[in-house]
Amino acid sequence: MAQNFGSKRIVVGAHYGFKDWLSQRVTATLMALFTVALIVQVLMPGAMDYDKWAGIFSSNWMKTLTFVVIISLLYHVWVGMRDIWMDYVKPVGVRLGLQVFTIAWLVGCAGWAIQVLWRL
Amino acid sequence: MTETVKPRPSFRNIHISQIVSYRLPPAGIVSILHRVSGFLMFLLLPFIIWMFDTSLTSEITYGQFTSVFAGGIGPVPGWFFKLVVLALIWAYLHHFIAGLRHLWMDMTHAVTREFGHTSAVVTLALSVLLTLLLGSKLFF
Repeated sequence: MAQNFGSKRIVVGAHYGFKDWLSQRVTATLMALFTVALIVQVLMPGAMDYDKWAGIFSSNWMKTLTFVVIISLLYHVWVGMRDIWMDYVKPVGVRLGLQVFTIAWLVGCAGWAIQVLWRL
Repeated sequence: MTETVKPRPSFRNIHISQIVSYRLPPAGIVSILHRVSGFLMFLLLPFIIWMFDTSLTSEITYGQFTSVFAGGIGPVPGWFFKLVVLALIWAYLHHFIAGLRHLWMDMTHAVTREFGHTSAVVTLALSVLLTLLLGSKLFF
């Protein structure tokens, strides 16, 4: 395969950002399906209490789906927040700082959410 | 080649001070609100996971979770938390519907001016309507 990094990196042409664009749509679709699955289960007959709520998330398929959605969310938000910083924040140092903060914030949140899910 | 280099012309987007006087079409409003709602949910992520955590961990924490919205914590009243959740409900609904609009446009290449306009109006109206509906369930 042709080298496409360092001094040999091709800096012109199409497809820049295509991966981000596509991954944002794929992850969005996954999260939308999760939302529908969750709403359907919440609307199932029976009063909403702890047992029903925890029961929804303790089934194996829902646990797996929620895990996938947490990872999807992580990537989806990273692409979106990166777009925001790239559009509005021009000084490179500040932008780098905000991007590092975004990654730390997102990874921390994802870790916490997975921990909650795995305890169940 | 001897003439001095002229400063390259720069074309800037509108300045932040012009935002108020700049009238956006509905599709533009949907677009910027998509961004605003996404940013809001990013900032409130710890609060969302806190709700996920306390509502799921045990029956005792579930009780604490519901009591926060009924009686608040310390000096912060319960309605404040409900208001934050209401904002999250709107943000999620708007982001969700505007996202579906994006997906639909990407898949069908439905890029007529009319579709752009009507789908934007529908997105704005539907997200606000559903927010009011769920909000009334939250508050009353």
